[in-house]
Amino acid sequence: MNDVLRVVQPGLLTTIQDIGRPHSVASGVPPGGAMDRFAHTAANLIVGNDRGAATLECTLTGPHLIAESACLLAITGADFEPRVNGVAAPTWTGIFLSRGDHLTFGGRRNGARAYVAVAGGIAGERWLGSMSTNLMCARGGMHGRALVAGDMISTGEPSGPAVEGQTVADRLRPRYADGTLHVIAGPHFSRLDGESRQALFGGPFTLSHDSNRMGYRLEGPRLDAPGDELLSFGLVAGAVQVPAGGQPILLMADHQTAGGYPVVVVLATASMPVAAQLAPGDEIRFAETSIETALELRAAQREALTLVTS
Amino acid sequence: MPPQRSTVRVRVHPLGDVAVLAVLGTRLDTALNTRAIALAAALKKRRDVRQAVAGHASVMVQFDPDQITHEALAAAIKRLATKRPPMDEPGRLHRIPVVYDGPDLDAVAAQLGLSAQQVIEIHGRPIYRAFLVGFVPGWAYLGPLPDELALPRRPAPRTQVPAGSVAIAGHQTGVYPLASPGGWHLIGRTSVRLFLPDSDPPSLFRSGDRVKFFSVRD
Repeated sequence: MNDVLRVVQPGLLTTIQDIGRPHSVASGVPPGGAMDRFAHTAANLIVGNDRGAATLECTLTGPHLIAESACLLAITGADFEPRVNGVAAPTWTGIFLSRGDHLTFGGRRNGARAYVAVAGGIAGERWLGSMSTNLMCARGGMHGRALVAGDMISTGEPSGPAVEGQTVADRLRPRYADGTLHVIAGPHFSRLDGESRQALFGGPFTLSHDSNRMGYRLEGPRLDAPGDELLSFGLVAGAVQVPAGGQPILLMADHQTAGGYPVVVVLATASMPVAAQLAPGDEIRFAETSIETALELRAAQREALTLVTS
Repeated sequence: MPPQRSTVRVRVHPLGDVAVLAVLGTRLDTALNTRAIALAAALKKRRDVRQAVAGHASVMVQFDPDQITHEALAAAIKRLATKRPPMDEPGRLHRIPVVYDGPDLDAVAAQLGLSAQQVIEIHGRPIYRAFLVGFVPGWAYLGPLPDELALPRRPAPRTQVPAGSVAIAGHQTGVYPLASPGGWHLIGRTSVRLFLPDSDPPSLFRSGDRVKFFSVRD
């Protein structure tokens, strides 16, 4: 284990995340993991890590970190104006830090979550097979909590030679600013009457301030999904639930594993990175899509990740 | 015994592009739950299935779309679901001590036209089944709750329910494993820990387990 980065300021909410613990869902533990899997994976591939290595997920603001030793890192996802020793640093690109270099962030240009990968993969406490931080259970990552000033971030041994300048071409990155989420009709879509369907696809909805890694509360037109009370069933990230109040909830990475509210639509996998980059106050619209189109979008996104090049 | 075809009708709904929800029924029913658990176990053995989580009377299945289509998976689920389910092995029995002094006990009794003592006696009478472990870590939906105690959820959920609270709603009962928001009626509390973060699985209750509550003094 190598000590590579010391935390001077943690930012609003910076946690260690990998690809989560999907196998623990059956015991009620949220799957967790990086909210934006595309950005998380891209950051890892750029620095030569396995896709599933842990990264830092920085929410709305970036941290201030000092390099304790030379390292190769990549910053992807949201653009919070990263700087190395005060000089603007590129995103989606491998960059070297020397011992003593300062990595800081300015303002939020776009997106909500930036990912920092370091060659060798960030080391964290493993819980139920994953290093992802679960704040509710206070387990995984950095002692089950967000980073605080003074924390030391370590990595494993890099698996290959460090290559600077690897990148994901701009045209291959998700269109974060789009605000259109592709959705597939869910098990209880038929409960919506014509008016509610129009409202769902007419929108727009706004992310409420009561939104986090568990889910987003959406403010906008009221949806009615009347019917008998449902027996609880297993849920997935991306499911859009409609509780009795009519304000939908979009489930995200740390979602409850089961529930009984009607699920009217579910996000296409390819729209999850876009959803992950939404901040409270952002506007979104839902666009209905077919399973076939959703799978094509998913394949295109996976293809983009094979094109990480120098 | 000759193989027996069942009459269970399964509906398979898309749950996004990489998951489906297979619904076996709409009643709170031990036989349906046994089928759901058996179906989830059978599906988990398939290479094209990533996760299968049994609900009360359903199975959520995440799959690899590079290996199987929605249609082929739906057909496979229907085939598996018509197999005769295994005998329902009685699950492990947990005896849970409860101090029945919950903030909603008197209101629940009044709404049901019972005394608080009667509510306590009725709640402690059955051996409940853990239908589904989920919602939050360590939570299990237990039931069926006797008809005499069935009440709709509270109109407005509490923003914070203490860990260990014993609660009822509809035909179900449960214990809040962690401090969390909650809309069920709180009738008591237990010192037994249901969320076991250092065990794997991290939950005291597992689907199919049996649970008996008994009244203790503080």
